[in-house]
Amino acid sequence: MSAKTADRIATAVIVAVSGLIVILLAGLLGYILFRGLPNISFHFLTSGPQTIKAGGGIGPQLFNSLFLLVLTLIITIPVGLGAGIYMSQYAKPGRVTDSIRLIVEVLSSFPSIVVGLFGLLVIVNIFGLGFSLFSGALALTVFNLPLMVRITEQAMNGVAREQKEASLALGLSRWKTITSVMLPIAMPAIVTGTILAAGRVFGEAAALLFTAGMSSPRLDFTNWNPLSPFSPLNPFRPAETLAVHIWKINSEGLAPDATQIAAGASAVLIIMVLIFNFSARWFGRYLHRKFTATK
Amino acid sequence: MQQTGLSASNLSVFYGEKEAIKNVSLAFSPREVTALIGPSGCGKSTFLRSLNRMNDTIGGVRTKGEIWIDGENINEPGVDVVLLRQKIGMVWQRPNPFHKSIYENIAFGPRYHGVRKKKQLDEIVEECLRKSALWEETKDRLHSSALALSGGQQQRLCIARSIAVKPKVILMDEPASALDPVSTAKVEELIAELKQDYSIVIVTHNMHQAARVSDKTAFFYMGKVVEYDKTDKIFTNPSQKATDDYISGRFG
Repeated sequence: MSAKTADRIATAVIVAVSGLIVILLAGLLGYILFRGLPNISFHFLTSGPQTIKAGGGIGPQLFNSLFLLVLTLIITIPVGLGAGIYMSQYAKPGRVTDSIRLIVEVLSSFPSIVVGLFGLLVIVNIFGLGFSLFSGALALTVFNLPLMVRITEQAMNGVAREQKEASLALGLSRWKTITSVMLPIAMPAIVTGTILAAGRVFGEAAALLFTAGMSSPRLDFTNWNPLSPFSPLNPFRPAETLAVHIWKINSEGLAPDATQIAAGASAVLIIMVLIFNFSARWFGRYLHRKFTATK
Repeated sequence: MQQTGLSASNLSVFYGEKEAIKNVSLAFSPREVTALIGPSGCGKSTFLRSLNRMNDTIGGVRTKGEIWIDGENINEPGVDVVLLRQKIGMVWQRPNPFHKSIYENIAFGPRYHGVRKKKQLDEIVEECLRKSALWEETKDRLHSSALALSGGQQQRLCIARSIAVKPKVILMDEPASALDPVSTAKVEELIAELKQDYSIVIVTHNMHQAARVSDKTAFFYMGKVVEYDKTDKIFTNPSQKATDDYISGRFG
């Protein structure tokens, strides 16, 4: 076979494989949206679920998912940023650093049901936090933290060495160099990565079954006192998220329209994740312009 | 040992086990330009970067010997290298302005070192831009991004940035090799101007540039200084055969 033929075949195979992926994604998205979109209405997005009657919504679940995401990010962003900066700027290359990196990788590839069980045993029972948003956020931290560390580390390593050196050569401390010169350059990549990682948190179900729980108390959306057990803002209340809700009504839903609700909720979930993806790109570009152009 | 300017004494630099700089001693006089020339890999850039301990930021580099500035050996363990770097400015081969406005690029250093008043900072910015012959080109867009400037302008901005923290010495690592001839000429003019206030050490691959801008020239070869003398002498009547071979283009 001549080199030219081989090249043609390779090109054809690569194009075909890429095409397959696109078709797969388009088919999947199309199917979910086609089945789900007709069920989505304002009422569906805002009202509470029904157990036996038809016409239930996913309002509390949607709110729970978003609130859980915020809680998780509040925990993981500072810790992940700190650890990522440490890994890229302070850690000396060697066995210790390599093993930290390995542990971080392993942590992120844990099966989520195992993390859920671990959360049940340690966070829910031993720490006594019960089925709560906070327990769920801690369980999700197990997945999200390694991603944040890696995103930060890679973004910081991506900053040109001359930028760092230029700052050090002016007699600036390492800390000032990191915060004022390197972080602004790395920020678009960090923000983009964070939002993309948030998509994973948003769709996670297995790890939440035993940590955030499978039910919500009757939420009173007029009560914004975070200490009240019926307030949506109370982080120590149990909370069923959207992904968990889909799993639950699909497996044991009693309402006559359970299938339609599951389909609608799936579509909402997918749309939210797509919004995360697109906003990540847009926001990353926006920040890049903002940080590199005029102040 | 000279107490006012910058000097290296018995300086050796190791990359792991490899000795990249072998026991080099050089003294740089104030208000003079010293060119470091030599073939690629001879250690001249490594030497330059060890003068402000910039090699510290790369893992696996070890330095032995002394580097004196203002009577202080900055290569001693325990010396606060952060503050000492303020005395030694640096300009890189590729222009590397901060991703900030033109104004911020210059004000950034002085503000960190304690200049807080806006009026004072304004003055520093104008003075540094004037000294680096950029003021006329940039005075109307001080707050727009430095990255929008041309390569030559960026490099002059980097020079302006380095003098804003009032160093004694400016190290330049092939500062014009990424620039077009017109920009190169401007940077060379600038070097001639700056030499009235600063001592400048410049690494260059361009023999003509070394001959044009420098007062003294050191020829590096295989990690050692083969010859260090007045530039006129090096280029017209070198005392070492290797120097003669290199500057006349017979190797390297």
